[in-house]
Amino acid sequence: MQNIQDLEKILNSQLNTKIKSSLIKHNQIYLKIDEADLTEVILFLKTNSKTKFRQLIDITAVDFPENEIRFKLVYLLLSHEFNQRIIIEMDVKEKEIVGSITSIFPAANWMEREVFDMYGIDFKDHPDLRRILTDYGFEGHPLRKDFPLTGHNEVRYSHETKKVIYEPVKLEQNYRNFDYESPWEGTKYIKEQTKE
Amino acid sequence: MAKETKTLNLNFGPQHPAAHGVLRLILQLDGEIVEKADPHIGLLHRGTEKLIENKTYTQAVPYFDRLDYVAPMNQEHAFALAIEKILKIEVPIRAQYIRVMFCEIGRILSHILNVTTQAMDVGALTPTLWGFEEREILMGFYEKVSGSRLHANYFRAGGVHQDLPKGLDKEIGKFCERFPRIINDLELLLTDNRIFKQRNVDIGVVSKQDALDYSFSGVMLRGSGVPWDLRKSQPYDCYEQFEFKIPVGKNGDCYDRYLCRIEEMKESVNIINQCLANLPVGPIKTDDGKISPPPKKEIKQSMEALIHHFKLYTEGYRVDKDEIYTAVEAPKGEFGVYLISDGSSKPYKCKIRAPGFSHLQAMDYLIKGHMLADVPAVLGSMDIVFGEVDR
Repeated sequence: MQNIQDLEKILNSQLNTKIKSSLIKHNQIYLKIDEADLTEVILFLKTNSKTKFRQLIDITAVDFPENEIRFKLVYLLLSHEFNQRIIIEMDVKEKEIVGSITSIFPAANWMEREVFDMYGIDFKDHPDLRRILTDYGFEGHPLRKDFPLTGHNEVRYSHETKKVIYEPVKLEQNYRNFDYESPWEGTKYIKEQTKE
Repeated sequence: MAKETKTLNLNFGPQHPAAHGVLRLILQLDGEIVEKADPHIGLLHRGTEKLIENKTYTQAVPYFDRLDYVAPMNQEHAFALAIEKILKIEVPIRAQYIRVMFCEIGRILSHILNVTTQAMDVGALTPTLWGFEEREILMGFYEKVSGSRLHANYFRAGGVHQDLPKGLDKEIGKFCERFPRIINDLELLLTDNRIFKQRNVDIGVVSKQDALDYSFSGVMLRGSGVPWDLRKSQPYDCYEQFEFKIPVGKNGDCYDRYLCRIEEMKESVNIINQCLANLPVGPIKTDDGKISPPPKKEIKQSMEALIHHFKLYTEGYRVDKDEIYTAVEAPKGEFGVYLISDGSSKPYKCKIRAPGFSHLQAMDYLIKGHMLADVPAVLGSMDIVFGEVDR
């Protein structure tokens, strides 16, 4: 097993300008990079004989609606030879188009489709960017923080029309999100209701 | 006279017994040869990740049971480990042993299901009937320890929910004595079976390089000759204290994957036996009152315990701002949790890395050029469970 500190040094010296910051935490390397350098960094990590991050574990995004640059894209890679994991992060604006890494890792295909489906981040040069987990004809991006937990539509079989129909969600009871952290002031939604 | 041919589009699923769940596979056929396969997934999508973001850490555990529902505790394990690493909780050694033991029981549960249903997909019904009898016994152990046969909700950050009931260790021991014979019986039915071999040998071959490129893990990777098992290479809990072997395949076909699973079951029995032989005594969860709830008896007498109990079951425990990826070797491959905590009692983001997702993605690559009848064989050997693929 290659020493994780040595590995971090190798990365920093070989990719120096492309790395915004690097950090070792929980025995894993966290790299921050710019969107423009993505393919180059990933290709380097995969092919360099001192890193050999030859397996893409996952791609995901995180939504920070209050930030100016809203999303953070996260790539997780694994090196079997050196038994190391690396987490690559980069900030992505809301309507920014990110380069696809399907040509480097074929496994990225569905992972990028999932990110597109869940967060609405577009990938350039992706061979087949369709929704993957949500329903046919679904609208919206469910894992964004501003997407309601209940969704917008519900589906049922209608005996009148003899087919499956979509309707706006009707809740018998409001979704209650208890805010246990401030028991004396009341929860946020109560405060909003009483204000009106 | 030249015959005119055209390709045929065939819709396989979403309701098909050989699809192992709700998979819609659109196959482009030239005669009986598959030219292209386009899996449509998401028919079982329940928005697990979104739901977890809206629940406290304790409330999130049951969602992990519902991912790969044939080996529920292995998934809970990944989540518990993630929280433990962020909060730097020491897990008592007895709890670690219990967790390892039940993870291995989960592995046997999953492998029995897979091996026998794979056999059923290619025409053998008997192994399923024999195997399910054993699964019933194993799920009995689940029930005895957690109260439910499938959705256990048993692992907690800092240990497990309850101690083993009296006598359960002996029962598990008895099972381990008997079970190798059952594996042997299954092998007698399948390993040298002419039909089983004809349907599986040289079908769905994955090369070493492709297994890496397609993010395969678990048996799919080891079947292609890559010796990689997280229990050995990045041991979690007390796995480093056990002696076990990692079976590795040679040819990367469906048959090798079957053999790997059979051998892994034998190793799992071996690990469970070691657990039982050395099961330490002591607490089964951390004694930090801010994380694990106090025993019922204490609540009646101690004000502090009462407050802890109340806070834990309303607000839940808070997890410091951090981000982490932890992975465990689930029966199907590397199951990982990428957790971002923000200091509150609910996860800010919890991405679940399911092994089956990457495996199913390679369906097109695996099945291209095979016959239509090989589709169930390949699908069976990939060990797909839609609970985890669709999340």
